[in-house]
Amino acid sequence: MNSASPLLRVNNLSHAFGNLLACSDISFELHSGEVLGVVGESGSGKTTLLNCLSARLMPTNGIVEYDLRDRGLTDIYALSEPERRFLLRTDWGVVMQNPRDGLRMGVSAGGNVGERLMAVGARHYGEIRGEAESWLSKVEMDLGRIDDAPKHFSGGMQQRLQIARNLVTKPRLIFMDEPTGGLDVSVQARLLDLLRGLVRELKLSAIIVTHDLAVARLLADRLMVMKDGKVVETGLTDQVLDDPHHPYTQLLVSSVLQV
Amino acid sequence: MQKSENQIPAAPETDEGYNFAYLDEQTKRMIRRCILKAVAVPGYQVPFGGREMPLPYGWGTGGMQVTASIIGLDDTLKVIDQGADDTTNAVNIRRFFARTAAVDTTEVTDEASIVQTRHRVPEDPMTEDQILVYQVPQPEPLRSLEPREIECRKMHAYKEYGLMQVSLYEDIARFGEIATSYSYPVMVNDRYLMSPTPIPKFDNPKMDGFPALQLFGAGREKRIYAIPPYTKVKSLDFDDHPFQIQQWEQNCALCGAEETFLDEVILDDRGGKMYVCSDSHFCARRREEGHSGSLPDSAAAAYAAAVGAQEQAVRGEREQ
Repeated sequence: MNSASPLLRVNNLSHAFGNLLACSDISFELHSGEVLGVVGESGSGKTTLLNCLSARLMPTNGIVEYDLRDRGLTDIYALSEPERRFLLRTDWGVVMQNPRDGLRMGVSAGGNVGERLMAVGARHYGEIRGEAESWLSKVEMDLGRIDDAPKHFSGGMQQRLQIARNLVTKPRLIFMDEPTGGLDVSVQARLLDLLRGLVRELKLSAIIVTHDLAVARLLADRLMVMKDGKVVETGLTDQVLDDPHHPYTQLLVSSVLQV
Repeated sequence: MQKSENQIPAAPETDEGYNFAYLDEQTKRMIRRCILKAVAVPGYQVPFGGREMPLPYGWGTGGMQVTASIIGLDDTLKVIDQGADDTTNAVNIRRFFARTAAVDTTEVTDEASIVQTRHRVPEDPMTEDQILVYQVPQPEPLRSLEPREIECRKMHAYKEYGLMQVSLYEDIARFGEIATSYSYPVMVNDRYLMSPTPIPKFDNPKMDGFPALQLFGAGREKRIYAIPPYTKVKSLDFDDHPFQIQQWEQNCALCGAEETFLDEVILDDRGGKMYVCSDSHFCARRREEGHSGSLPDSAAAAYAAAVGAQEQAVRGEREQ
């Protein structure tokens, strides 16, 4: 593991929507193979932060640098737009909270997985389909449904398809926004299990935004707690959850129902 | 089946009430500037200030505006609709220009300097001295896949055409082959993805290295694009599913042509049908040259008589 140079470095990132400060002065580093959880209540700026990090929303202030394969740490907002879009569909993946935003609902599952391959120049149908099949089986989907459109899938299947679609180009960093939102607990558990396996197996780095502390505890190595656009506490996941220091984190941890 | 002449006899009188070729001069200049830009960037859709034409959108308003801005007094115009010279759309557009621009019209591909077409490329080869004008209903090949216009434009600008390939993938996954049979997407000059308008994919290979200038006008969508002469036009495909054109087991029932695009014609309500060339001028010329197809002579004669009667009727109407 290369500890000297981080995969992603964020410096004093702020974003304001008019007078509303959604993210304020956020700095952190993410290393290769690391999973960072971002937790906080609704409206605390988690999704805005994620959008800024994943090159989809230009921050008002601050720098986001990513370790490009060919030229090292580079300010992603200094890249040209086509370069950013290329990065987003090759070296990165974005798993949306709502699968409708991340999938093409009218295109078959195989087509959804194959789209990224075709976008980077794959032109052999048999190979694209083979790759799609292998990824669908990796996310535990029934191969008999490869030609069905995701609009006919259950929520859990749509989410797994979204993950397969993002991982097919072997990205190094994935952004996930509430990957388990809207799923029932047993499906959540399977999805988390799958994600944990994939992250370890593929040595992925990930930034996971969630308000579900259980998800954070299962997946994240490190945790960042946000409130009102500010980071109030950071640290190792166990440390933050078992020994919260900031009053807000204490409140967050104590509000989880103990079954 | 004698056709005495291909020239349309009773040309309507020129209407002096309109400017030459209907559009005013400033509009024609504006369209010509757009055409120049379109020729300079092959396959790129140039927006233009489309005007109202005296017929509804979808009937060739874009093609007519392009034709109106390039036509001159010494031009000869041929108009085809699905390959045929004698359908309503073709007849009316031809009459329109005969009336507003006083140009000669013809059904003979070789004689025309401008050919305006809906959904076909003529079977006869065209030359550098000719211009082929297409009527385009939907210029954006990505539209059915990506509804956002801004996103479509970015995809063109950055040459991100993976999505178009997805639609072909879907075809193979569903039908076992690329089932898209018309409006089959092409890459022009290795740069821009282009919709060749709803011509059958049978005509796609003709576009590649075509000697005549090809202009495309979309009236409702207000876009013009072009393929200059001898430009590379490649139909998209997969390495293991190469591009293929339609094939028929039959020849043309009237002229016996083997390698033309055939229309299916229903003959009765007991499943009887025949296949005939969609290019009516090409078919008629071959019959004049003595070629004949599988249709029995008596049936061919009856068919010719019926067509003749129709033409008589049309002529009669014009004379009134």
